[in-house]
Amino acid sequence: MFLPHTDADREAMLRTIGVKKIKDLFEGLPGEHLFPELDLPPGVTEMEALAELQHIADANETTGELISFLGAGAYNHYSPAVVDSILRRGEFYTAYTPYQPEISQGTLQAIFEYQSMIVALTGMDVSNASHYDGATAVAEAVNMAYHNFRGKRTKVILSPGLHPHYRETVHTYTVDSNILLEGEETPLDSGPEALIPLIDDNTALVAVQYPDFFGRIHRFRELIEAAHQAGALVAVHVNPLALGLLEPPGDFGADIVTGEGQSLGIPLSFGGPYLGIFATRQQYVRKMAGRIVGETQDARCQRGFVLTLSTREQHIRREKATSNICTNQGLMALAAAIYMSLLGKNGLRQVAELNFHKAHYAAAQIATLDGFELVYDEPFFNEFTVRCPRPVAEINEELLSYDILGGYDLGQTRAGLENHMLIAVTEMVSREQIDIFVDALAEVAHD
Amino acid sequence: MTDLSTSLKIEPTVFELSSPGRQGHSFPELDVPHAEIPKSLLRDDLPLPELAEVDVARHFTRLSQLNHGVDTGFYPLGSCTMKYNPKINEATSRLPGFANIHPLQPIETVQGAIGLMFELQEWLKEISGFAGITLQPAAGAHGELTGVLIMRAYHRARGDDRRVKMLIPDSAHGTNPASSAMSGLEIVEIPSDTRGNIDLAALRAECDETLAGIMITNPNTLGLFDENLRQVCDCVHEAGGLVYGDGANFNAIMGISRPADCGVDVLHFNLHKTFSTPHGGGGPGSGPVGVTDELAAFLPGPIAAIVEEGDDEEPPLYGLVTPEKSIGRIKAFHGHFGVMTRAYTYIMMLGGEGLRAASEHAVLNANYLQARLRDTYKIPYDRICMHEFVAEGHWEDAPDIHALDISKRLMDFGFHPPTNYFPLIVPEALMIEPTETESKETLDAFADALIQIAEEARTQPDLLQTAPHRTPVGRLDEVKAARELVLCCWLPEK
Repeated sequence: MFLPHTDADREAMLRTIGVKKIKDLFEGLPGEHLFPELDLPPGVTEMEALAELQHIADANETTGELISFLGAGAYNHYSPAVVDSILRRGEFYTAYTPYQPEISQGTLQAIFEYQSMIVALTGMDVSNASHYDGATAVAEAVNMAYHNFRGKRTKVILSPGLHPHYRETVHTYTVDSNILLEGEETPLDSGPEALIPLIDDNTALVAVQYPDFFGRIHRFRELIEAAHQAGALVAVHVNPLALGLLEPPGDFGADIVTGEGQSLGIPLSFGGPYLGIFATRQQYVRKMAGRIVGETQDARCQRGFVLTLSTREQHIRREKATSNICTNQGLMALAAAIYMSLLGKNGLRQVAELNFHKAHYAAAQIATLDGFELVYDEPFFNEFTVRCPRPVAEINEELLSYDILGGYDLGQTRAGLENHMLIAVTEMVSREQIDIFVDALAEVAHD
Repeated sequence: MTDLSTSLKIEPTVFELSSPGRQGHSFPELDVPHAEIPKSLLRDDLPLPELAEVDVARHFTRLSQLNHGVDTGFYPLGSCTMKYNPKINEATSRLPGFANIHPLQPIETVQGAIGLMFELQEWLKEISGFAGITLQPAAGAHGELTGVLIMRAYHRARGDDRRVKMLIPDSAHGTNPASSAMSGLEIVEIPSDTRGNIDLAALRAECDETLAGIMITNPNTLGLFDENLRQVCDCVHEAGGLVYGDGANFNAIMGISRPADCGVDVLHFNLHKTFSTPHGGGGPGSGPVGVTDELAAFLPGPIAAIVEEGDDEEPPLYGLVTPEKSIGRIKAFHGHFGVMTRAYTYIMMLGGEGLRAASEHAVLNANYLQARLRDTYKIPYDRICMHEFVAEGHWEDAPDIHALDISKRLMDFGFHPPTNYFPLIVPEALMIEPTETESKETLDAFADALIQIAEEARTQPDLLQTAPHRTPVGRLDEVKAARELVLCCWLPEK
């Protein structure tokens, strides 16, 4: 399958090589178990494969069939047709990392434009070409801050409002280091100020989320000031779509902005591939891991783009590199660049407002139901936390019979959050669907 | 051959194309009441470009035309396995049943997806011989980090805290030492012997009670199957260390040799190399990790598993579980599912026989090219190669010509250059990996071009040094880029 060789080709090639049959090419291989029979299903044609994959896909219930209020770090948004139409261009998706800039200007310029739009969106000075996802972007922020102080500051403070998967990822990444992780057990309802007493002159980084995992929009000025006074860096993790409306972290003093870029036109796809956003201040550009595209000139004095600052990277510095990242999320960064270009300043604001208003409508309706209560007073964007009268898993199971995908069960993440549901409302749901959801919640409130 | 230099012009940036007041996409009118947005939370300005949909479509289409991809031509980039990406993979991964499902949905609503992950895990086990697989790592280097963390966790769980040393052959990819260093290990480089194998004497000298393990790539980056592989594994195991396998070169050995049978304990796959998923201009990749039975409990979660056995009438219930001594999560959610569906489609279509045929033809193609070029280019480790080989891009009678010049000149013939200046142990390296999906005609045209370039190196060296000539842009000034650091652009001043 997918082999162009004819028998005549094979014969001619073997003759040129000077062997009789293909098997002869493997004669020198050591080992006793060569050419094992692989116990795999026999190969099939494209037509059969498509039918089988369609059958498997049909076993899933999609956000097209269900009304979805599930978010928690991955959101059901509309991706304009242009995005996927461009992603399907073979020139983009069948290329690799642009090591040879003369025949990779498409990828390079698109990433340069992506970097520029991330800079505009976050209010930072520089962006890299992406990390794997939001979680690994936060882990790389920890890594960068630790190396920024040459390992002399070992404390990293993680807000309890950071996505639990991101915090878990940071734990995994740092288990073999001397980095001390603190802050995750601070009370949930006391806001970012609760982290201030933990900051000391051993603190390398304070990492917070905006809006946080529970949907809340906090003000970070006081925390950032305290961190800077102690000489520590602050990383703010964002939902980039929310920045269509909200003050960018660059304006309130963040040193690093990380983000999960999935909300910029990337499908849910059961959790990936997504897009890790990473931006920082000019002074830290050489400390930032990952690929970066820079502008330059060619031998004909035309503008062109290249991968730059590669002396930071593993293929040059090997064990002295501060990160091992190589492949990033090139195609997903391209998707985000197309999405942001299409929407522009007004479109991004419009979709952000739709999310804001619909979420607030849903929250207000749910708050009127007996037994349901909004847990936090802070402002929110498109996601909010509700205390329910019953375990969330039970409610969600019943909601499925109404073809509704309920919110995230926060009881899974932290003690004390039993019966708490995290509800996301995006531009994809109509007022009518929100009303159906609210009515269904009223009906399933009691067993 | 396409002459891109005359047909295409430099494309303005999306910021330069902006015209205030345009918008390329509209959303439905608001159908709920306005909520009050606290003014103090709002941003002042959002300096993004403003374009119509047609401008955006044309802009990115024109950018795409400045790229070389597998779909536009031969791409023999060594160790990257730039094989053809079957179009059916793009169709299956976009089926609404795969693209439009949320990672945190109740498992009963995503049985197809978890079942697919489970089956892909089983297939990768069969192909590699391992007992456990995680699909979570996002790319090869991410898989390496995962594997090294597993090795460390294994030693720690045995109360063995002394194992701080990782051995890395001098032919290894840069990600290997970087991944080891990221997990706090000390790196000791092991030289290659004259046949390109790991030097056994040097290895033995380092095998002591501080050994965490070794990271090997087999076939190695010279494209050679290590003839000492068994001895290397035995030696490391006897010292209490573990063997990590970098699966970047797995395309040479599918259905031919299974790493677990050879003594490898942990290995990452690159679905975007071996299993035909596209490279995406630099990601997304996918780097599943396979481990032996002894290490399976340390795999990161979640892993797809059967949580309730099925019977004649009911299918099994699939779920996501975290192994007992897991190193923890290494990213959010379950991995690059959209890449897994592509790899799954590919393995399903090829089956065991097809996978073996793919590897056999990858090796056939590499040996054919090596044979055609042997008289013109020096092959420093000249023996039957696996799926790739390394030539030297330099001749004594053309002292001013380097591998870089040859690479740039190849672009004028419509080819992507090989990987150059790697592996580091070969001077002026040209690392050539044709893959199995290329025809004899393509290989011949490529060999002819390289032979012609070797001639030009003597007769018209200038032609090489100023190459490429037929690309959208000429040779780019990388020093200027690094010195001036222009890393973003802005909307033009009004």
